[in-house]
Amino acid sequence: MNLVSTQLKKAESIEISPFKEKLHLLGRSIKEFWKLYRRSKIGLIGLGMLLFFVAVALTAPLISPYDPWQRKTGEPFSGPSKEHPLGTDDMGRDILSQIIWGTRISLLVGFIASLSATLIGVTVGMISGYFGGTIDNILMGLTDIILILPTIPLMIVIAAYLGQSIWNLALVIAIVSWPSTARIVRSQTLSLKEEAFVEAARSIGAGHIRIIVSHILPNVLPIILANTVLRMVGAIISEAGLSFLGLGDPTHQSWGMILYYAQVAGGFIRGAWWWIVTPGVCITLVGVSLTFIGYALDEIINPRLRQR
Amino acid sequence: MSLLEVNNLKTYFYTLRGVVRAVDGISFHIDEGMAFGLAGESGCGKSTTALSIMGLIKDPGKIVDGEIVFEGEDLLKKTKEELNQIRWKKISMIFQGAMNAFNPVHRVGDQIVEAILYHENISREEAWEKAEKLLEMVGIDPSRAKNYPHEFSGGMKQRAMIAMALSCNPKLVIADEPTTALDVIVQKQVLDLMKELQKKLKLSIMLISHDLSVIAQMCDSVAIMYAGKIVEYADAISLFKEPQHPYSKGLINSFPNILNPGKKPESIPGQPPSLINPPPGCRFHPRCPFATDKCREVEPHLVNIGNKHFVACHLIGG
Repeated sequence: MNLVSTQLKKAESIEISPFKEKLHLLGRSIKEFWKLYRRSKIGLIGLGMLLFFVAVALTAPLISPYDPWQRKTGEPFSGPSKEHPLGTDDMGRDILSQIIWGTRISLLVGFIASLSATLIGVTVGMISGYFGGTIDNILMGLTDIILILPTIPLMIVIAAYLGQSIWNLALVIAIVSWPSTARIVRSQTLSLKEEAFVEAARSIGAGHIRIIVSHILPNVLPIILANTVLRMVGAIISEAGLSFLGLGDPTHQSWGMILYYAQVAGGFIRGAWWWIVTPGVCITLVGVSLTFIGYALDEIINPRLRQR
Repeated sequence: MSLLEVNNLKTYFYTLRGVVRAVDGISFHIDEGMAFGLAGESGCGKSTTALSIMGLIKDPGKIVDGEIVFEGEDLLKKTKEELNQIRWKKISMIFQGAMNAFNPVHRVGDQIVEAILYHENISREEAWEKAEKLLEMVGIDPSRAKNYPHEFSGGMKQRAMIAMALSCNPKLVIADEPTTALDVIVQKQVLDLMKELQKKLKLSIMLISHDLSVIAQMCDSVAIMYAGKIVEYADAISLFKEPQHPYSKGLINSFPNILNPGKKPESIPGQPPSLINPPPGCRFHPRCPFATDKCREVEPHLVNIGNKHFVACHLIGG
């Protein structure tokens, strides 16, 4: 014991640069975080599932058996077989390859949309909560307007106006989904800005930006984290929905686009279940995995939910 | 010359329910190297006075009148930048409830370093060294600078807060309830430390507390505040030995006396008045057992009853 503690002291007394020290601190907190995360079975299952899909997305060119756009790789509308484990579509394209490549687009749009929504929401929420007054009224008015508008029609209108590309899809989803984050962040900021440490920072001479970025933001981040992950589920489902309605990017094949083609090309009428079920299952699985992760994060961040 | 002189300070809060006269025309001064105590019950304007001196009054609060003269200059006439120069370098503050005065997500050392770097032109490494020295001065192992606030005990946080207040060698430290929420033993340690540092660094201290024993132990002069006004102002010994104002008497009597253990502490009947609509005349009259008609109508002013002992009461002096 004594030996250990003296060794620790030695290790600590070695002078290291501030940057390396910060890195070391970060490493330590990640390790501690993982220790807590590991205790959640649901979190591990979710993480495993998500990692599987991420791996599929990253290795798409290596693992997909055909070019997803290549026609006549087999008989049109043929069911699952050895050559085509998930069958073919109306033009004889391989559906498994489409699903594999679609993973990329669906995940990408989901990530980008939820990250940008969080970014907008955090910025608006913190500015609104911190400064209050007229700024607060204007920003929260805007937030409320977007919050009460029905999302699907709003997304359809904006998507139709902006034109079809995956970036626009992500943008549209972000535009309609930031307000709830803004609300959460604002309420947190309102209580945090009254904390004694903010007053102390102010008396020391810290400016508004410094207080917001260095004193309030780090205290808000954990709450946003779970929120962002859960938002990703909504973003991926929204992407699928918009694509299915024909507002997706025809040059990219996402899971939603596969469903769209199946609908237009008569997959539903011809009973080509292999064409319809797989994208649906994939969307569900990713949604479930992200929800599991979100729950696990929530449990860590909100210790009252933790079971000992 | 006094280091700090507060003259007729009025700080009002303009709320929807009316104007709250939190501090309504108070005056006092603090000499160099001296400790001044401001006592009174919760909500009488003690903390508002401190925040007014620090220039930290936020909307809807406003300093409407008076002057705060520090080293011969009126702080109320200074710009924000000039005030930033004085704050922490010359006047610093130990905040009420030091438990929360440290940001939980930053290390204690980093927060002291931040305070130093705002005011001194030195490198981060030098500032870190200084922070460690400061912690050592208040009796905390310097290696603990790398700890987060939750890894500190309450007393340690309070001492670290003192270290932070002293980080830029101020002349005046305002301590707002520095020992509330600490147990008596730690309270004594913290007070002893403050006393020792006061002597060593020749600090002036303004101590705000509702705990008269803390003030009696620390201060040279004392002002008793009631409903935004100072009702009695004298040196500590004469005030605690011969309190004149009925409110001061009540406050002192409401503490158990260690020399007279048979005597029960007495309470002051009634509630502190609303500061939106303070009672006319003497603000204490609804609760004062000796109130006369004059007390209900005419507002008493601080009167010198000899030996620099000031009382605002019609029954005493005049």
